[in-house]
Amino acid sequence: MARYVAGRLAGLVFLLLLVCVFTYLIFFKLSPDPALMICGKTCTPDRVAQIRASLGLDKPFLTQLWDYLSGLVAGRDYGSGPNLVHCPAPCLGYSFQSSQSVTQMIVDRLPVSATVAVGAAVLWLIVGIAAGLLSAVKEGSWWDRTAMGLALGGASIPNYVLALTLQYVLVVKLQILPFPSAVPFSEDPLLWFQSYLMPWLVLATGYACLYARLTRANVIDTLAQNFMRTARSKGLSPALTMRRHALRPALTPIVTIFGMDFAALLGGALITETVFGLNGIGKMAADSIAKNDQPVIMAVTLLAAFFVMAGNVVVDLLYTGLDPRVRVS
Amino acid sequence: MTTAAPSHEAMADPPAGAGDAPATEGRRIARALLRDRGAVLSTAFLGLVVLMAICAPLISAVTGHGPNDFDPAAVDTNLGGLPRGSFGGVSADHLLGVEPQNGRDILARIAYGARVSFLIAISATVLTTLLGVVLGLLAGFYQGWVDQVISRIMDFLMAFPALIFMIAILSSLPTGDRSVLLVTVITVFGWPYLARVVRGQTLTLVNREFVEAARASGASTGAIVFKEILPNLRNSLIVMTTLAVPGYIGTEAGLSFLGVGVTPPTPSWGQMISSAVSWYATDPMYFAVPGLFLFLTVLSLTVLGDRIRAASDAGEAS
Repeated sequence: MARYVAGRLAGLVFLLLLVCVFTYLIFFKLSPDPALMICGKTCTPDRVAQIRASLGLDKPFLTQLWDYLSGLVAGRDYGSGPNLVHCPAPCLGYSFQSSQSVTQMIVDRLPVSATVAVGAAVLWLIVGIAAGLLSAVKEGSWWDRTAMGLALGGASIPNYVLALTLQYVLVVKLQILPFPSAVPFSEDPLLWFQSYLMPWLVLATGYACLYARLTRANVIDTLAQNFMRTARSKGLSPALTMRRHALRPALTPIVTIFGMDFAALLGGALITETVFGLNGIGKMAADSIAKNDQPVIMAVTLLAAFFVMAGNVVVDLLYTGLDPRVRVS
Repeated sequence: MTTAAPSHEAMADPPAGAGDAPATEGRRIARALLRDRGAVLSTAFLGLVVLMAICAPLISAVTGHGPNDFDPAAVDTNLGGLPRGSFGGVSADHLLGVEPQNGRDILARIAYGARVSFLIAISATVLTTLLGVVLGLLAGFYQGWVDQVISRIMDFLMAFPALIFMIAILSSLPTGDRSVLLVTVITVFGWPYLARVVRGQTLTLVNREFVEAARASGASTGAIVFKEILPNLRNSLIVMTTLAVPGYIGTEAGLSFLGVGVTPPTPSWGQMISSAVSWYATDPMYFAVPGLFLFLTVLSLTVLGDRIRAASDAGEAS
């Protein structure tokens, strides 16, 4: 088991390294010169060269990449002499736009993205699994048909369309919610809840519909298994057979998918955060891309890739615990 | 999934008679779809949208409004360019209203936008399917190091935060033909999801008796792949491709919504929704029309894919 975990972690580090090299290659080679963008309209060649030197852009590609990677692990120094700035590990560099430490920017914005992700996840797990279970138990009933019809519909709404519709109806027309803004919980719990409610709803809708369909299909499959027939013929009540025998095998696949979906969300709900103007990782990604702020783009790509891969590993480990059939030797 | 007594023919049919099976199988699925109200309605709506896309120039000719023709008479400059009349300027002249400020006809833009969306989604689907099938087959059929290499590439691509990366690549690449760029980017990040399924199914198919029999009777590799394995993948491929099209329509619209998709003045649904964002409070129709078209198109394709899957599953169930 320990060997398996170590192997998976090594694989994770290797893949992250690949993502890092690949992203670095693409942005530092393909996109327009950041020094020119910082320099602006009144620019002289000297000034560009100066900026390039201060950003370390004048060095060869491999040196830059090495500096970046070692900065990530051990921290690095920018500039020289009196202008020396030490960036402690994990150093992701400084934003070309605001000169802020990218690590600090992420630390500031991660709570917003995490709040969005956790709230939405709670919502979609409860609604999705409950609806799916009910549908499976009452397969073919009007509830089943209505719920599954709604689930197909809900899964088809692009989230920005849903976001704008909700905003129009709830904020502009009915005026029962304020315009979303990332209010900290400690400041005003009610306003906090109100301002995150729409992002949660928007994100949760698509996933809840998907999970409802998935849960229904899995539970129906499980109910048709031989061990379920045995359980029923032993005289166990339907509720008990469901709780003791059906739920675990039916819901383990959901755990896998949930782990990956949730991990991907931690890396920022790009569209939802942008539409609602929430200052999370997703909006930071969108802004940095719009302004070609390479250190920030690098950081959000790496962060998102890290979450996805780490989620993958965690799910696989959890799975071996939940499903005895896939225990590793 | 609900009724449909499982037909045992499909399973009991020996692979020798496989040449006969596709026609009856296809007809059975078509019959099942015709009986399903949701599937019929979806097909009807999709037919309408495709017709609109094909006849876009005709629509423009009949209404007299091209997708980029300004109509200053249809908007009220005193109200900051809001369309005249109710419901975003719906009138006999402009059937779906006009855009605020410049008064472009929304019907014409929807029709031309449908061309862009469908063209991109269908090209991306064809390309991802092609890549996914070829690479998935290779990995599943040859296994060993071929499988290792292809599987690792798939892991790598699937670990990438695709949306962030697509946006980043699209915004940093030089402005070329955006549609081609979009299709390329979607394909590069899309094929592993299909290849993974193809690989898994091929892995089990390769060990089935009929493949062994074909191999023992001296069939060439090509014959085994094209005559024995590929026909057995057909059903899941049909399902996956019908479900991929709405996904890619959504992706294209999403990327255009975020401003990295097709560039104006070429209309696209996502881009129309994106430009409607600043007007949603005062002119909700401007946002509702492309939003509704996008939603209904994705829904119809999803329903259709779902029903095809149910019909083909009912045939496969033993």
